[in-house]
Amino acid sequence: MSDPLHIAGKTYQSRLLIGTGKYKDFEETRQAVEASGAEIVTVAVRRTNLGQEPGEPNLLDFVTPDKYTILPNTAGCFNAEDAVRTCKLARELLDGHKLVKLEVLGDQKTLYPNIAHTVRAAQQLVDDGFDVMVYTNDDPIVARELEDMGCVSVMPLGSLIGSGLGVLNPHNLLLIMEEAKVPIIVDAGVGTPSDATLAMELGCDGILMNSAIAHARNPVLMASAMKKAIEAGREGLLAGRMPKRAFANPSSPSEGLVS
Amino acid sequence: MTSLTVNGDPMTLEGTTVADLVAQLQLQGRRLAVEVNRDIVPKSEHGQHRLYDGDVVEIVHAIGGG
Repeated sequence: MSDPLHIAGKTYQSRLLIGTGKYKDFEETRQAVEASGAEIVTVAVRRTNLGQEPGEPNLLDFVTPDKYTILPNTAGCFNAEDAVRTCKLARELLDGHKLVKLEVLGDQKTLYPNIAHTVRAAQQLVDDGFDVMVYTNDDPIVARELEDMGCVSVMPLGSLIGSGLGVLNPHNLLLIMEEAKVPIIVDAGVGTPSDATLAMELGCDGILMNSAIAHARNPVLMASAMKKAIEAGREGLLAGRMPKRAFANPSSPSEGLVS
Repeated sequence: MTSLTVNGDPMTLEGTTVADLVAQLQLQGRRLAVEVNRDIVPKSEHGQHRLYDGDVVEIVHAIGGG
């Protein structure tokens, strides 16, 4: 069944977006990305190690921009200025690539988004021609503001980054999705395949995760599990659930019983 | 000889341009982005962009992240 996800003019078959942090090595990263079926893969931008040997392996040799849509993030930025600067570096690094994941964090303990700075950075980036996918809290009014200013996807948290607590406020996600015209992608908090399925059954357009896969005992197997969980949740949503009822309703016919 | 700060550390450049610095650091051909005094220097300009004493250079690349 063709049910693609559209982001910034591109079409994706997978609704799972994954991060590349916290893996044992680049080979494990490559295998997990492959097993997940993800087509959009996030990376961070950091200072190059100046003492390195020529030919030292590079992440983008394993997860290549010709095969995947690379989504550079602004993780680690705690103000709008640093986030915008990081996006400009990413654009140069990726040869003019415009799609970025904006996240401006509030503090180290919660990594909760700083909304004032997020909104300011989003506006600057949109004005500068970036396609902005924006990490935010699950406030429907903030989500609407970010959509209205031209962000190509709004990405509310399910729960805190790296917490694995799942979607703690499904009602807020429903409020956001009811109004949204851009894809709503749950970013952060998913811990298990069932968390991912539930989020997709709610009607989220996709899920971005990193720790749930990278910190699993077997990351490559978990990547495969998450792929299936997201497909199951999406198909379940499209299929439409049965009505709930308070009392039993037999699945086998009541007539023709032997007596 | 030019005295620079590169990724937070002092460094002496033996050549004159961003391309010379990249070569001195043995980073030629790698996928990276260069900023000088907070302005991006596009790859196409690495060969012409002169560096001066006191310039602050940042060289970044992509790493794993979520």
